[in-house]
Amino acid sequence: MKIKVLGTGCAKCKLLYAETQKAVAAAGIGVELEKVERIDDIMKYGVMMTPALVIDEQVKASGRIPPAPEIVSWIMTAAAKASA
Amino acid sequence: MKPKTYQTRAELPADAIPSHSWRGVPRLSLVLIGFAGWWLLYRHLDPFAQWVTYDILKIAASSRLSLAIEFFVFESPKVLMLLTLVVFGVGIVRSFFTPERTRRLLAGRRETSGNVLASLLGVVTPFCSCSAVPLFIGFVTTGVPLGVTFSFLIAAPMINEVALVLLFGLFGWKVAALYLGTGLAIALVSGWVIGRLHLERWVEGWVYEIKTGAGPEESRLTWEDRARAGRDAVKDIVGRVWPYVLAGIAVGAGIHGYVPQDFMASIMGKGTWWSVPLAVVIGIPMYSNAAGIIPIVQALLGKGAALGTVLAFMMSVIGLSLPEMVILRKVLKIPLILTFAGVVGLGILAVGYLFNIVL
Repeated sequence: MKIKVLGTGCAKCKLLYAETQKAVAAAGIGVELEKVERIDDIMKYGVMMTPALVIDEQVKASGRIPPAPEIVSWIMTAAAKASA
Repeated sequence: MKPKTYQTRAELPADAIPSHSWRGVPRLSLVLIGFAGWWLLYRHLDPFAQWVTYDILKIAASSRLSLAIEFFVFESPKVLMLLTLVVFGVGIVRSFFTPERTRRLLAGRRETSGNVLASLLGVVTPFCSCSAVPLFIGFVTTGVPLGVTFSFLIAAPMINEVALVLLFGLFGWKVAALYLGTGLAIALVSGWVIGRLHLERWVEGWVYEIKTGAGPEESRLTWEDRARAGRDAVKDIVGRVWPYVLAGIAVGAGIHGYVPQDFMASIMGKGTWWSVPLAVVIGIPMYSNAAGIIPIVQALLGKGAALGTVLAFMMSVIGLSLPEMVILRKVLKIPLILTFAGVVGLGILAVGYLFNIVL
């Protein structure tokens, strides 16, 4: 599974990255975590508020920092979808 | 940035595993009880302030010190309570206006009506100047005209809910309404002018090449989600600005008790024609959040500065910020940034003079 944190390096982007790290740890499954900082890469997802969270190429949140358990539930849903 | 891969949870430090729960969703009844409690408290602030000043602190009535302390004890909870209520309300309202929805409303709009709508939407759509670049690209690449985009970008920071509430709380509804109305007018007219000038050639060429994706899936929010958005906004905004608010009220209290009324009148009073342009020129490079600027507004007004001059100063500080222009340099060429600053600056100038003449 691929998770991307989109953001141009603002303070909130770092917070989201940290929160996502926690969630990945809690989910306990193999996840590739990546920071996307180039603006044209960010725009590919149509995101207008940073930071944003992308799981398996789907924008899950933008302009806010979802708490780790919420991210965990998305990871679990995406994992179930991927194995189905 | 190199992707980081975690295979098992054992590889991670223990504190990376979340222990808190996020299920504390506020129920509707809780919101109602909270609101009733708020109202009850708010209604009793005046006797409370008198009780603290004269019965607890035992300060002689109608001394300068008693005036200052009563002002502080009354205004602090009043403004903080107003702020909490409004930020909560605005948080809920904003959950209805995502940038995606706003963009859809504005795409392909005719200029004049587009400018009006964009200025209004700028007030209610969540915005942070750190996201100005993705927002700008997202707007102009999906058919929102340049001038309409600017109306939005000008209104969003200029009309700030914290400033609005503080002005209302400290100076009354007239000053708050003036700020709201003139802020909207500046955003509307400036965006319209920029649109008429047809400055698309001063937008960096690569911006129009970008393929903007579909954006996040529309999430269906329940009322509980919206209440949570309101609560998060309170935590975030009130949690960040309360020290500035208290500092502002303390300054105001000092002025209320001690400083003679027309201290600033000679420098920033109505009679001094150059005070408005000076206020704007000083205000543009200054950058402060809305809550930080209110103490200064309070001090200036209290010492006899003219309302138009102070309003112009405040708008140029929060509406035109150097950091935001630096951020926008990524997508705009320098002539367009200067035009933008110039047009908005002139608008603010006009507002300053207008109020100094009319009031």
